[in-house]
Amino acid sequence: MGKIRPIQKYSYYQKTAHGGFIATKLNYAIGWGRKFSIFHYPFITACCGMEYMSAACAHWDFDRFGVGMTTFSPRQSDLLFVVGTISHKEAPVLKTVYDQMVEPNWVIACGACAVSGGIYDNYAVVQGIDRIIPVDVYIPGCPPRPETILNALLKLQDKIQKQKQDLRWNIVKE
Amino acid sequence: MTTRLQKEARKESLMINMGPSHPAMHGTIRIMLELDGEKVRNSEVEVGYLHRGFEKTCENKTYFNLLPYTDRLNYVSPLINNVGYVMTLEKLMDVTVPERAQYIRVIMSELSRISDHLTALAAMTMECGAFTVFLYYIKAREEIWKVIEKTTGARMTTSYIRIGGVRCDLHPDFKKDVDRAMKVTRDVLKDVKGLLDKNKIWIDRTRDVAVVSPDMAVNYGFTGPCLRASGVKYDVRKARPYLIYDKLDWVVPLGENGDNFDRYMVRMKEMEQSLRMVEQCIEQIPEAVPEAKGEINPHEAIKAARTQKPDEEIRLSPNLKGSEKEKYPTILSDKYGVKVPPKEDTYTTMEGLIQHFKFFMKGHGIRPPKGEVYFSVEGGSGELGYYIVSDGSDRPYRLHLRGPCFHIVSALEEMIKGHYIADVIPTFGSTNMIGGELDR
Repeated sequence: MGKIRPIQKYSYYQKTAHGGFIATKLNYAIGWGRKFSIFHYPFITACCGMEYMSAACAHWDFDRFGVGMTTFSPRQSDLLFVVGTISHKEAPVLKTVYDQMVEPNWVIACGACAVSGGIYDNYAVVQGIDRIIPVDVYIPGCPPRPETILNALLKLQDKIQKQKQDLRWNIVKE
Repeated sequence: MTTRLQKEARKESLMINMGPSHPAMHGTIRIMLELDGEKVRNSEVEVGYLHRGFEKTCENKTYFNLLPYTDRLNYVSPLINNVGYVMTLEKLMDVTVPERAQYIRVIMSELSRISDHLTALAAMTMECGAFTVFLYYIKAREEIWKVIEKTTGARMTTSYIRIGGVRCDLHPDFKKDVDRAMKVTRDVLKDVKGLLDKNKIWIDRTRDVAVVSPDMAVNYGFTGPCLRASGVKYDVRKARPYLIYDKLDWVVPLGENGDNFDRYMVRMKEMEQSLRMVEQCIEQIPEAVPEAKGEINPHEAIKAARTQKPDEEIRLSPNLKGSEKEKYPTILSDKYGVKVPPKEDTYTTMEGLIQHFKFFMKGHGIRPPKGEVYFSVEGGSGELGYYIVSDGSDRPYRLHLRGPCFHIVSALEEMIKGHYIADVIPTFGSTNMIGGELDR
């Protein structure tokens, strides 16, 4: 992580929004802002939810990384935390929730069941949620330990920092 | 698709859907409500969102290999599920378990029960807005899980209780660790009592809400804390004592009204009784085989085995600490063919290797006699029963689970009828619905 330089003139950016030195730095600054203010939606169905609870509570406390705000409305959240087994009956619900999220949004698949179906290789379980929705970070483990969940959050923050930021909220029409 | 509720509903009623993506529904249940103002006129509960095909999967797994699936039934107290399953099979195969292993099973069951009740109440209180209490409860659970992890090697899905005994002995510092965990838990229970027991908001939300009469509870097939909250004295540990529960001194806490407050109170009292039981077990537990000194690395042991003299014993500890061969007599049954042969034999002798293959080969492993068996233990939220039909092969012909949640959730429609919509949430929380056990 580098140093953040203040953006000096907002109006200057608006004139040179496409390309140039300032735009990349703006990209960095927005990434920095976004990665520390993740509102997440926990889509908890099964066992991994217990470890999610541990990670969220005082002992492990993932609020330290700016992921503490739990919102139970997908419309107000940036991160979809899919925790636990997704059965074929549950799958349409997950898809609906994902479709309701505003962009930019990210998805974490937490636990072996969400990643690949886990030990439930049978008629009832979706073999990995990436068959339904795109996934950014996969967390292995059955269930993953809280440390693993914290590590995944750090990985996601790295990704948010480095990716090309979605700037559609500020399209300049001239 | 029109549901029963939609057909029966009045035209002027407001229909509302709760879940499965709802913070209080634990992601696995859907309640459709017909509202008259703010009151629930009628409702319909839909389950099955976490159906993972447990029973069918078990038919295709060997008796030994299906143990991890039982962990994930009631995932808040996996050790009790293990105990229930292995004791059902032991009943079918007529296996006697060493006394120390029985004590370890009871200790682990009771620690799991505490963590189960802590989680159930934590969820219930959080959904009512008592977030501090939630954090306190999880703090205590974390301490208990630390003890479980140090002994079993995993925090939740342990597969620690094995057919014929347990996976390994208690770790050397167990007494110290469990004392610490119990102290933290007692402190937390005291704090929570101070915060909730006379709290006006908590009492208003829970007192006289969703009253279940003793008759109704019995008719619906309630078991566990929910049944005892209604004042029916039935606990599998007292009614049909298994393991060494009849040697322990404890009482069954009972409620009076059968409302949400009583269900909360019974769980709080049960945790105290469980702590008492763990204390007694630690005093009474028979001594373990003392640990032999000096450890050998696996590769050194295998190297030594190649040049082994006939009178020489090779010691090997490739697995969890304390799982060596000399510990087996106190923690595992001596019956042939129900337990994994010790790794010392497998790696160093021909007979041991053959035994190992015979145990894990298809069609050879644990093969109970033909017949059917039912056995139940007291799980976290009620009577947890396994019904196994064996056709003499190495996998069950049929395995059925009697999950306690299913019967309690089936009464939910009647419990929330006529109450406010806000009362649905503490009522549902007090039933301690666990998806893995409900939908299987």
